[in-house]
Amino acid sequence: MTEQLVISTGETVLFWVLAPLAVLGALSLLFARRVVHIAVSIAGVMVALAILYIALEAPFLGIAQIVVYTGAVMMLFLFVIMLVGVDSVESLAETLTGQRWIAVVGGVGLVALMIAVVTRAAFAEPVGLATVNVDSNPVGVAHLIFGDYIFPFELTAALLITAALGALVLSHRRRLGRKLGQKETVEAKLAAFASGAGATSVVSAPGPGVYARTNSADMPAIDAQGKTLDASITTVLRVRGQVHGQADATAQTTRAARIASGAPVIEADREEQLGTSAPAEVSSPEQASPAVDGPEATPPDERPGEPSKTGEGDEQ
Amino acid sequence: MSLINYLVLSGILFSIGAVAVLVRRNALVAFMGVELMLNAANLTLVTFARMHGDLHGQVLAFFVMVVAAAEVVIGLAIIVSIFRTRGSASLDDVNLLKN
Amino acid sequence: MTVTNLAWVLIAAPMFGAAVLLLAGKRSNAWGHWLGVLASAVSAVLAIGILVELLGLPAGDRASQLSLYSWIPAGDFSVDVGLLIDPLSVTFALLITFVGTLIHIYAVAYMAQDAARRRFFAYLNLFVASMLVLVLADSYALLFLGWEGVGLASYLLIGFWNHRTDYAVAANKAFFMNRVGDMGMLVAMMLMFASVGSVDFETVFAAAPGTNEGVLTATGLMLLLGACGKSAQFPLQAWLGDAMAGPTPVSALIHAATMVTAGVYLVVRSGPIFEGAPTAQLVVVIVGAITLLFGAIVGCAKDDLKKALAASTMSQIGYMMLAAGLGPIGYAFAIFHLITHGFFKAGLFLGAGSVMHGMNDEIDMRGFGNLSKYMKITWITFAAGWLAILGIPPFSGYWSKDKIIEAAFVGEGWQPWVFGLAAMVGAGITAFYMSRLFFMTFHGKARWNDGKNDLPGVEQHPHESPALMTVPMIVLAIGSVALGGVLMIGDGFTTWLEPVTGVAEHHEPVLPAPVIIIATLVLVLLGAFLAWRQYAAAEVPITPPAGSWLTRAARADLYQDATNETLVGRPGEHLTRVLTYTDTAVVDGAVGGLGSGAVGWGERWRRLQNGFVRSYASLMLVGVVLALVVVLATRV
Repeated sequence: MTEQLVISTGETVLFWVLAPLAVLGALSLLFARRVVHIAVSIAGVMVALAILYIALEAPFLGIAQIVVYTGAVMMLFLFVIMLVGVDSVESLAETLTGQRWIAVVGGVGLVALMIAVVTRAAFAEPVGLATVNVDSNPVGVAHLIFGDYIFPFELTAALLITAALGALVLSHRRRLGRKLGQKETVEAKLAAFASGAGATSVVSAPGPGVYARTNSADMPAIDAQGKTLDASITTVLRVRGQVHGQADATAQTTRAARIASGAPVIEADREEQLGTSAPAEVSSPEQASPAVDGPEATPPDERPGEPSKTGEGDEQ
Repeated sequence: MSLINYLVLSGILFSIGAVAVLVRRNALVAFMGVELMLNAANLTLVTFARMHGDLHGQVLAFFVMVVAAAEVVIGLAIIVSIFRTRGSASLDDVNLLKN
Repeated sequence: MTVTNLAWVLIAAPMFGAAVLLLAGKRSNAWGHWLGVLASAVSAVLAIGILVELLGLPAGDRASQLSLYSWIPAGDFSVDVGLLIDPLSVTFALLITFVGTLIHIYAVAYMAQDAARRRFFAYLNLFVASMLVLVLADSYALLFLGWEGVGLASYLLIGFWNHRTDYAVAANKAFFMNRVGDMGMLVAMMLMFASVGSVDFETVFAAAPGTNEGVLTATGLMLLLGACGKSAQFPLQAWLGDAMAGPTPVSALIHAATMVTAGVYLVVRSGPIFEGAPTAQLVVVIVGAITLLFGAIVGCAKDDLKKALAASTMSQIGYMMLAAGLGPIGYAFAIFHLITHGFFKAGLFLGAGSVMHGMNDEIDMRGFGNLSKYMKITWITFAAGWLAILGIPPFSGYWSKDKIIEAAFVGEGWQPWVFGLAAMVGAGITAFYMSRLFFMTFHGKARWNDGKNDLPGVEQHPHESPALMTVPMIVLAIGSVALGGVLMIGDGFTTWLEPVTGVAEHHEPVLPAPVIIIATLVLVLLGAFLAWRQYAAAEVPITPPAGSWLTRAARADLYQDATNETLVGRPGEHLTRVLTYTDTAVVDGAVGGLGSGAVGWGERWRRLQNGFVRSYASLMLVGVVLALVVVLATRV
């Protein structure tokens, strides 16, 4: 075989664009804090690799890469991240002594060694796949898979089925007690309320404050006294600190709340017209009802102390 | 530009994956590091397939993908069940073998 | 079906008796002793039957082999259990079963007062069976089985009254010293197997003439070591005196008549080996000569009746050994003396037992005297044995011992003079100490407390023993008187043994035979006269006098125990101590150090096992990097 592989300029450009992107994406594994970000970055790396596969005259693998990795594997990861708690943020502080140094030295050493080997090795002249891909790449690969590799291929079928069953078994949760019907559930709730343990209400929790500025679920409802209702916000939002306080509400809403809480609205309006104490208007309700606003008033950029562990219950 | 560049890229990605397994405590992240290492290996296979004009490398990469898919399914199932029982997805919390 | 084919019954009968007596336990107490006698008698009758049958055959056909079954089939090495019936083994079988039966009968009365009489008979039967295995075996391996069997029986019987610590110690002593000899036997068998590839008599003797003389000498010396252990020959002689701790019938049967002569049997049986190894033969003769003088000297000083007889036994076996070392010329006489000795020494021991029986188990001869008045039968039978061992014509001992002395004078150079004179002087000393023993016991003034005099010791009422004891003594006394002469009619016995021992060419002794005979007789009479003058005519002190240094040495068995203690015991103890120390310090130290080292390293390495997956992963990564570095470093 005397034909020579010529790498086109286009491919060179493609490589130099995609390779840094892939490395950058991969580095998110080391430096990013949020797992979701990492997962999305890696999905990007997978796509970049898929494109490189296609450039490497392996279009079948490139497509398979996208389907399998980006489409299936990374999405599966995302699902699990949702299960485990999408809000979980990992501290990057190292707890094992010397672990980070070992990792850095080992990683750098590995890179150095592999690059040294690859660059110093004497490779044969690249041949390229033009001849074997004569009938298109998928056909060539198919000939091999369904020819030489038919037996391993069949084995992979068994492997996949086993894996699916294994996942079922591993994630299966055995029911410990009798399944509770609607009637029993209600009775349990009433009993809990009657004994004063836990439940504060037997009726449905109030809906969020949809009357408010954002018309969305992150605004707590207020009761007749103008107090916010904790129960009207889902736990997930509260844990993530994505709950809006009344301070974010429109002036009308604030006013309505103030009226409802019995504050002297008229005088405040007068003061507003006089232009004397504009900030007090906003801050006063908070001062008036600090107990109400307590946890919910946490600004969104301030994190709760601990990652949510109740997410599981909510999701399922 | 030669095919060597792909191999270097593969080495870098592989090392990043390996280091990620070492330094990240979150099991999901470490697992993604493993996936990245598998992909780096696949890139090498595909590159060499092209270099030698031989599709066997691609077929092997294909099988790696299949195995990786199965592995991901099982691995994630394990992570989920550990998370359920121990309330944590941190690798450092799974150290019962110590004693 | 000939009687010879029933030879296995010879062994089976007493073996059966022993098994029944041991397994049946107390139930057989009432009749057990008679079963023992019966078992032995069956063998005796059968042995006589075989003898009669063999006498009816021409001399060349008298040897036959009776293969019983394959015992140790191990590849190239295979040993069959087979019996060798030839004149030599039949002679032994007769001696063992006949004398054995007499002693069984004697023991019925002798042991009548002993609560464990049944066990005693079980052991005696076991002994008879083992001894028959020993002499009837057709290979060294089977012989060794019997060899160990008689050793076991000897051990059990010496320590029969093992509630006495010194008796138990005596049994152990015999056992240990026999083990030394057994090592010799084992090494000899290994040498045979290495050089010939077999241990059965036929193959070994057929191959012996073509075998390297060095190997034959080594084999012969090792066999001699075994023989020395079993036959109480120098330097393994120390146990025999202590073995008298056993009941007197045991001393008579095992430690006088049969077992202790097994060494002589071994040397004679292994004749073809010794003939190829003159050095080994010379050593046999030297050992025999030393032992015969040794035993005789020790015998002169012992006041213990049985120990004096034991020393005499040692000395007489020295004669046999000496004869056996002389080659074909002496084999027949060695066996001949062995037979006559078996009779008269057994008779003497039974007589001693009878004396003890009548004297409240008193054993010190200085407490005897004038017993001939009270125990007529014992006195007469004892006298027959005494005259036989002295070698007074025509008693048995004369025919056999005189031939040995004559044969010792045959040869060239210094050897006939040294060995001949040793044998002759030995005969004189024998006469002295046996006469001393006889006179001190049966003649002179009574030195025991009869209730009227004021001599120390318990009151004694000497009396004759019951018929069950005297009849065997009488039979043995008849043998002591006549057996030698009868067997030598027309050289009958040597001719009978010729198929086994080979034809002895007649050599002239360095002195004329009549001169030797007369000189020996003169010496014997001189010894007897000296003994009479000192122990019968003169007063015998009840407390032993201090005596000369030689007497003191002889009383202490010529310091054999002290020598063993110094040469073997102490160094052995020191060696053991050194080995124990080495074991604790070096071996245990190394092993323990290995263990604690492993523990120490484990303590260190277990810190790696911290349970953190990421630590393990980092180890893997470091390992991979290091492996890569190594691989690349060796490649570049």
